[in-house]
Amino acid sequence: MNRTLQGLVMAAAMAAASLAVAQPIKIFGLVELSGTGAVSGTNFNDGVKLAVKEINASGGILGRQVDYQASDTQSQAPIAKALAQKAVDQGAYVVMGPVFSGSILVSMPETRKAEVTNFTGGEAASITQQGNPYIFRTSFTQAAAMPKVARYLHDTVKAKSVAIIFVNNDFGKGGSDAMVKALEPYGIKVAANISTDPGQVDFSSAVVKAKQSNADALFVYSNEEESARCLRELKKQGYDKPIVGETTLTSQKVIELAGDAANGAIAHVGLSADAPQPEVQKFSAAFQKEYHYKGDHNSLKGYSAMYFVKVMTERIGKVDTKALAAALHGATMTVKDNPGVLLDVSFDQNGDLDRVSYMTKVVDGKQAIIATLPAAHTK
Amino acid sequence: MAEFLQLVVSGIATGAIYAVAALGFTLMWQAAGVINFAQGEFVMLPAFGMLMCIGVGMPLWLAFLVTCVAAALVLGYAFKRGIADPLIHHGVIPLVIATLGVSIAAKSFVRSGYSAMAQQFPSPFPEGVFHVAGVTVSFADAGTLVIAGAIVLSLQAFLNRTVTGRAMQAVAQNTESARVLGIDVSRMVLYVFVINALLACVAALLITPIYLAKFDMGETIGTKAFFAAIIGGFNQTRGALLGGVLIGVMENVVGYYLSPAYKEGVALVLFLLVILFRPEGILGRREERKV
Repeated sequence: MNRTLQGLVMAAAMAAASLAVAQPIKIFGLVELSGTGAVSGTNFNDGVKLAVKEINASGGILGRQVDYQASDTQSQAPIAKALAQKAVDQGAYVVMGPVFSGSILVSMPETRKAEVTNFTGGEAASITQQGNPYIFRTSFTQAAAMPKVARYLHDTVKAKSVAIIFVNNDFGKGGSDAMVKALEPYGIKVAANISTDPGQVDFSSAVVKAKQSNADALFVYSNEEESARCLRELKKQGYDKPIVGETTLTSQKVIELAGDAANGAIAHVGLSADAPQPEVQKFSAAFQKEYHYKGDHNSLKGYSAMYFVKVMTERIGKVDTKALAAALHGATMTVKDNPGVLLDVSFDQNGDLDRVSYMTKVVDGKQAIIATLPAAHTK
Repeated sequence: MAEFLQLVVSGIATGAIYAVAALGFTLMWQAAGVINFAQGEFVMLPAFGMLMCIGVGMPLWLAFLVTCVAAALVLGYAFKRGIADPLIHHGVIPLVIATLGVSIAAKSFVRSGYSAMAQQFPSPFPEGVFHVAGVTVSFADAGTLVIAGAIVLSLQAFLNRTVTGRAMQAVAQNTESARVLGIDVSRMVLYVFVINALLACVAALLITPIYLAKFDMGETIGTKAFFAAIIGGFNQTRGALLGGVLIGVMENVVGYYLSPAYKEGVALVLFLLVILFRPEGILGRREERKV
């Protein structure tokens, strides 16, 4: 009887263990699949999905498959918050997104409360200044990126004054503030600081204002669709001063939407689908094949973030979201050991990341890398 | 002064496009008593129709012509026979609700096929600018003005100087009397639906290079066109032109001299002022209806 009982217990334990092994790892995406952030969110989401597909095809994470479920925040912060709550309730190991700074600022208290690791595509400096140990970026913070743009405006463009056109949301306001601060040490005057609305379609008055300011250069900081419309209006009104941006202005989607109007635009980007690194090129080809459009920096963000999860989970040897967050602080991942991370990357104690970045220029409808800037910690 | 003129020129060009879409509102109301809240989507659908044609290798002009034919059939004939005709006898409200349904369905349909991301749309005009009295004018703005102006004027001439146009106006003013006079009311109403579909195609051709092709692009254009029609006078085709241009110019002026943040509210404020102080619209005439 005892032996029978022991056998049954053992069989049950083995069944439970195998069930646990077979249990997929739940990762939830909170992404902008509609609304003003549709371009950013769709790219980010497709990047994550491509990485998940590859990871699952190669055996998953610690032998477990990844179950990725994406939900549409409709580019609205309250919906993002509700979806974050839902993701947490459904046992998320990691939450991916949202991409919009305004949305992540509202949704991340939910993942923080539940101690769930949360990657975001948001760039507003304030995201990682709140002492949240569970938030991690997939791109540079504005506080790190804007000084690079300011230096370019000073050293290369030789600008004495700059007009700024920014989108009036957390991303745009944060970027504008960071830019104004970054220009100060160089003595560059802000000739006009022009706010525009998210989803704005007509940029004629903003461009007239920028032209009227007579600044030596224009800094455009908006989301993809708005950046494209702004570039079209600038071309329509014959704007002939240097147009400089950060991250979005020279992204693949903006180039596609703006057409010839994008030619000549210059931007600092943390990630570029046209970067010369073989891993990035391989990713770009795979992304194009899978989704029939060219990925942009947001697809790189989503893709690499998913690999950050894989690499670090395998490093800690268990599927434990709290341990994952702890391990990510101060972690370094190299392409040599983990090609999926695309570029050597390291995280600091705030969840900000550091890696190489690029100055890019749109030439003949393509993003060309004009300079590779080293990672901050290597300087 | 130069910047003010720049704002006015640019605003007139944008406003002229609003006017073309607003014309559809006024025509439909005048001739058929229909308020089409899917008017914005009637602009969005031809935009994607043209994109599809371009996608299979057609040049823009051919894509436009093919889309015009398809729009006349689907957004004109089929819309009238399938939705307007069965519901018109039940009053305005059921038809308004039906057009709202059409609007949602059209957006979902396009979104499922083209995703929620914006798509590039080629401009029918050559690139480049020229300068007049210190104002930079693009060929796109000039071309838009010429086309929109020509459409409004020729439509006005058609309605006032041709037998068919007068018959359509007669139907608009008094359907029963028009029928007694031997006018084929159903045919006249069909003409209005077809003209509306064609106007939507022209508006799509002109506005999509600026707005970019997106499933929800009709929301903005539909709202602006509706306000333009009310501001100018819902029962006057000339009113649509005035309303559209007024909104386009005021948006630019407010965006420049106050703040771009107030820009999107301009049409609403003008609309409220007109409703409060001149409900028939700036060029509209008072109408009495039996209830």
